[in-house]
This record gives sequence, structure tokens and C-alpha cells, in this order.
Amino acid sequence: MQIFIDIVLFTMLTCTAIAIVRTRSLFAIVMLSGVFSLLSALLLVTLDAVDVAFTEAAVGAGISTVLMLGTLALTSRMEKPSSHSSFVPFLVVVVTGAALVYGTLDMPHFGDPNAPAQVHVAPDYLKRSVKEIDVPNVVTAILASYRGFDTLGETAVVFTAGIAVLMLISGLRRRREDEETDEDGTDGQDSHGQTDMNDKENS
Amino acid sequence: MHHHLILRVVTKLLCGAIILFAFYVQFHGDFSPGGGFQAGVIMAVAFIVYGIVFGVDQVQRVFPPWAVHKLVALGVLVYAGTGIATMFLGYEYLDYTAFKPYYPSGGQHRGILYVELGVGITVTGVMVAIYYAFASRPPVISDEEW
Repeated sequence: MQIFIDIVLFTMLTCTAIAIVRTRSLFAIVMLSGVFSLLSALLLVTLDAVDVAFTEAAVGAGISTVLMLGTLALTSRMEKPSSHSSFVPFLVVVVTGAALVYGTLDMPHFGDPNAPAQVHVAPDYLKRSVKEIDVPNVVTAILASYRGFDTLGETAVVFTAGIAVLMLISGLRRRREDEETDEDGTDGQDSHGQTDMNDKENS
Repeated sequence: MHHHLILRVVTKLLCGAIILFAFYVQFHGDFSPGGGFQAGVIMAVAFIVYGIVFGVDQVQRVFPPWAVHKLVALGVLVYAGTGIATMFLGYEYLDYTAFKPYYPSGGQHRGILYVELGVGITVTGVMVAIYYAFASRPPVISDEEW
């Protein structure tokens, strides 16, 4: 049953990926990438990694889809057809894919109890956290306590990313308001609106 | 989206439930899947859904941008402040035993609660701030083209 579910999910994942490559409508692509994240979340559930699956469903399928749609509202709706030949990129993809498949031959088998990930620090954490932390969810215990410094760093990364986006985009918002008070209002609808705004601020 | 009556009613019903679920994920993260990162995203989703359906101006009346920007920094401060607090109590940075030296795992529970809260606050702030930054810009595509 487990194998059947895995095969079905991976087939759907591959179909979604092919559909994303073949589609030209950017709106459909954003929606399909949300579907892709949701299918990845399901695969993570079958691997018993519910915390990661939860994050994938919330961030990948939820927030990033919304943010992509927000970005889409600022650009065009259709992907421009590529003018280059697709042979060389296809070759690169095939070679890279073959190398990755070759690399998986060295990986431990699915669910192998002797895999390096299972025998390194994981048993130690599992044994110690019952006594030291006494939290049923070991993931939380490792994340917040044993690796508190890592998580502090991750929070700082999220903070930095947020500040960076704000500095990049909110500055433009202030310029737009300046422009609206100018009573000029001819640009903003065409693709040159951006450069016009910059020119206006420089002048 | 003023003509989508069903969407508007359902959104109003859902927002409260989403926020409640975010608090559940936040404070029940020690016992069930979840934690600060997931809870922050879910909390942000409540405001983003409201903003999509009712407009950015409406949601910014509930959750103004200056408050969002304060939250972004506040979360990191809560997290780092927890570490400072443990140092003042005579232990190492982020050693939660300091909160209850006579009952170490209880102290761990409390420390995990604080740092997860910090993570949740920052993630909520960042997600909502990014959404505001994108949604406040004038759309190039008109509504009908979707």
C-alpha cells in the first residue's frame, strides 16, 4: 500500500512539473506550483515527517502562492515565447538528471535503519530529550533547545529577508505617492512607468 | 472583489478560525506538529486572506503597517532577550534551565515557549510586511484579465 501511494504521488508530482514547463499562462503556473508544494507535503507525510510537511503546506502551498500572485499582478500575464533553441538546455537537464540518478545509487535504501542520518546524533537526541526536555514533540525539543542558536540564526535570516524586501519595495511605494501628488498620472500603466518614476525622483 | 458575496461571508467566518488555529499551533507545538514558523505563517495567512478579499486598505486599518514593522523586530528581540535573561540568571546563553533550576525540564518548557513565541512574531510580521509591500503597489493587470 505504501509503495502504491508513493508511486501515485510521484507520478502526480512529475505530471505537475511537466505541466509547469509546458504552460505559458503564468497564473496557471503559479497555481500548479502550489499543487506541486501540496504534493510534496503529502510525500513528506508518508515519510512521517509531519513537521516538515506542515511547513511545506503552509509556506510552499499557502504563502508563496499568494506572494507569487501578488508579483504576477505587477508583471504580464503570459510567458513570452523563448527565441532560443531548447536543445542545449535539454541536454544540460538530461546530463544533470543522469548524474543525480547515478548519485542516488550510493544512497541508503528507503527507511534503512542503518542510514547515516539514523545512527549519528538522532538516537542520542531521542534518548536524552525524554529526560532533559520532556517534550513529546522531539522536533520542537531539538529545534528550540538543543539547537537554539541555529533557530536564533534562522529567525535573524527571516528578519533580514523581510527588511530587505521592505527596503526594496516600500521605497517604490513612497515614490508612487509623490508621483500621485504631482497630478501628472500618465505613466504607471505601461512597462516604462518604472523608469519614469526613477527619472522623476532624480530630477 | 465587492461582488463576491460568498467569498466575503466565508472569509469573515474563516479569519477567526485561522487565527485560533495559529495560536493552537503556536502554543501546542511542544506536543503536536508545529511551532513558531508554522504558526507565524498561519497567522499571517488570516490577514492576507482578509486583505485579498476586502482590499489592502481595510486590512491595514486592522493591522497598520507601522505595527507590522515593529513586530518584525520584536520577535528577534524576544528570542535574543530570552538568551540575555538566562545570562542574567547566571546560566549560559539560551540555557533554559535558568528559568526553573530546581525543575530543569520545566525550565526547558518555559524557554521553548518564549523562543517559539519570538519566532512566531517575527514570521508573522515578515510575511504580512512582504504582502503589504507587494499589494500596496498599483496593479498593472486589470481585474477582468484574470
